[in-house]
Amino acid sequence: MLTKKVQKRVSFLSLLLISLVIAVFFILKSLTNNILYFKSPTDIQLNQDIVLSKKMRVGGMVKKNSININDKAINFIITDFKNELFVSYSGTVPNLFSEGKGVVAEGILKDKNFFIADRILAKHDEKYMPPELKNIIKKNVK
Amino acid sequence: MLSNFGNTLLFLNLLLGVLIIYFSVGEFQNSKITISKKIYQLCLFQITFVIISFLTLITAFIISDFSIITVYQNSHSLKPLLYKISGTWGNHEGSLLLWVIILTIFSFFFLIYSKNHQKNYRIISLIIQNILILGFLFFLIFNSNPFSIIAPTPKEGLGLNPILQDPALAIHPPLLYIGFVGSSIYFSAAMSSLITNYSGKLFAQSIKNWVLISWSFQTLGILAGSIWAYYELGWGGFWFWDPVENASLLPWFAMSALLHSIMVLEKRNQLYFWVIILCLLTFILSVTGTFLVRSGILNSVHTFANDPSRGLYILIFLSLMIFASVFLFFNKFKNSNYGFYSNSRETFILINNWFMIFYLITILLGTIYPIFTEVLTDYKVSVGPPFYNTVIIPIVVLFLFFMSIGPRIKWIKNKSYNLNLLFKILLASILINFLITYFFNSYSFLSNFIIISALFLIISSLLDLNKSFKKKEINSSRVTSHLAFGFLILFIGLNHNFSLEEDFNLKLGEKKKFDNYSIEFTDLKLKDFENYKAVIGKFQINNLKKNLNQFLYPEIRIYDNPKTITYEASIRSSFLKDYYITMSNVDRSDYYNIKFQKKPFMMWIWISAIFISLGGFLRLFHNAKKNY
Repeated sequence: MLTKKVQKRVSFLSLLLISLVIAVFFILKSLTNNILYFKSPTDIQLNQDIVLSKKMRVGGMVKKNSININDKAINFIITDFKNELFVSYSGTVPNLFSEGKGVVAEGILKDKNFFIADRILAKHDEKYMPPELKNIIKKNVK
Repeated sequence: MLSNFGNTLLFLNLLLGVLIIYFSVGEFQNSKITISKKIYQLCLFQITFVIISFLTLITAFIISDFSIITVYQNSHSLKPLLYKISGTWGNHEGSLLLWVIILTIFSFFFLIYSKNHQKNYRIISLIIQNILILGFLFFLIFNSNPFSIIAPTPKEGLGLNPILQDPALAIHPPLLYIGFVGSSIYFSAAMSSLITNYSGKLFAQSIKNWVLISWSFQTLGILAGSIWAYYELGWGGFWFWDPVENASLLPWFAMSALLHSIMVLEKRNQLYFWVIILCLLTFILSVTGTFLVRSGILNSVHTFANDPSRGLYILIFLSLMIFASVFLFFNKFKNSNYGFYSNSRETFILINNWFMIFYLITILLGTIYPIFTEVLTDYKVSVGPPFYNTVIIPIVVLFLFFMSIGPRIKWIKNKSYNLNLLFKILLASILINFLITYFFNSYSFLSNFIIISALFLIISSLLDLNKSFKKKEINSSRVTSHLAFGFLILFIGLNHNFSLEEDFNLKLGEKKKFDNYSIEFTDLKLKDFENYKAVIGKFQINNLKKNLNQFLYPEIRIYDNPKTITYEASIRSSFLKDYYITMSNVDRSDYYNIKFQKKPFMMWIWISAIFISLGGFLRLFHNAKKNY
């Protein structure tokens, strides 16, 4: 038989352990609910089971001569040199946002050709490119 | 010239490290109780040489010696002096040298200030710390040598990324490094403690001040980074849950847990193995963070020059460290008796640790999750603020309540709860919260809980402060930190709920109206500065209700070396709120892209964070006074 003291200790430790397991379970659950997938315009065209209302990131190049601005929004086209995606964005653009340069936009798809962004990601360095973007460009520009 | 000198010093340091280890091993045969003079002298040489080598690098930056690659790549002769100096650690090689220096400084001072501890324990700590120094020194010399030369010597340097030319970011790396590289000393001490069985209270006393130092500096370092992000990145936020930021927060949570549980070890001689785990974990997390950031595995909005070979070296070193510490730990682990009452200070400190570990796991999982999904499923994902907000914020409410009650509980066994008082505090908090929502603006259900719990902590800490003043106790470090933490959460909560943000595009001369505000783009000027040109906008902000009339001047800066455009936010800070405007231009258009924000209590968020770390320094001061 376990003594009372040991019993208490075991129950204390198991309580601690169980609470931690439950906590990790909830962390993982909300993690899967809150991740953002990164897609290129081609991924969006090819993908059949895309959820329109789910937030995602889209990356590619800002097409030359595609930026169009009015007093509310900035519209531009993201291209991966195979497919294109119209983007509408209202908010501040980072300093390296420019035609012919790489861009990552975060937001939701209206349909397969139209994307409403609520954030354009800032990169500090003109030489730097997100790894995802580098892969896309490597694949498509040869 | 400088390059040869610096390199010689680094190689001498390598030699000294080996010698220190060699003679330290020899010390075991020596039956004297004190460590021989020779080792002190060697350590003195070691610290002197490493500091001189750092000064050499700084000199190279000041005189713009472009024959050194690091200087060529990160400096420019026209740069202001401050940023020439801060450029020294604003790059991978220089910052790694700083890393080695802090390892060495902590090693030296630990040796000096541990005189009344057992000899074997000190010697083995020294040996392990020197193994760490050697490991990083090897990496520095053979992979990332800051003194490498380039031939022929370029006439001009490439310049430091303008976004890094900033006072907050100039002090950010040294502060942060003292924090997380400083944790190396209690990693070494913990390993040594396992080897020599020098455990319990004495062990706790030997490392507690080092934990305090690293924790306080880490807090300040994170703060400096946040302030920089606030006014330099132009989003108006100060925390983005970016992998780089998370990497600095992970060791902070481990340190905070350690800071609390070490008191249990010191006062009650319990939780020894848990304290050891935290000591080992803190430094391991620091190195892990460095690995994640420098190897380029994670996609972050902050850029570090990435290089897979660096990542590989740190990964190997990290694996060795983890393997050695896990192996040693399980070799020595004994089931010890944890016999404390559930209603005691000890239990509440364990509860604190539970929360710290919970936050740590949350952030660690969120940070490394994208790596796993990419390897396992080939999906590229990122984990953003929504994840952290949903997991962390509700738990903060509980945490704040425990944080208020914990310090009121007595050690060993708590006899009486002053439930009456707690109830009164709770009522007062709810009342204040109600007043805020009534007079200003209502906010979400969860925000109410956050504000109430923060107020609960503030009021209960204020009562404690009052009590300790009455008793003439000078040691109010704990109250300071807890109170400041309460204020931090309160102000973040209020800031979050009462911020106003508006994005729009304007042409010169146009006016934008929303709510009670009107913003007019009145002027645009071009100005030349020492190392950049600036396009400066002039914006007039009016609040029709409050008779406000302010001018703000955001800039677009064009730097020549390296060729970069940056957007400088214009911020009008006051005690109650900040007005914040950034302006950016868009290709082929007369429109300027404007972001206007009203951010209440920003200054108080910074002040609260400073006071949190001040608590750590106060305790340190108090401990130092007690010893003399």
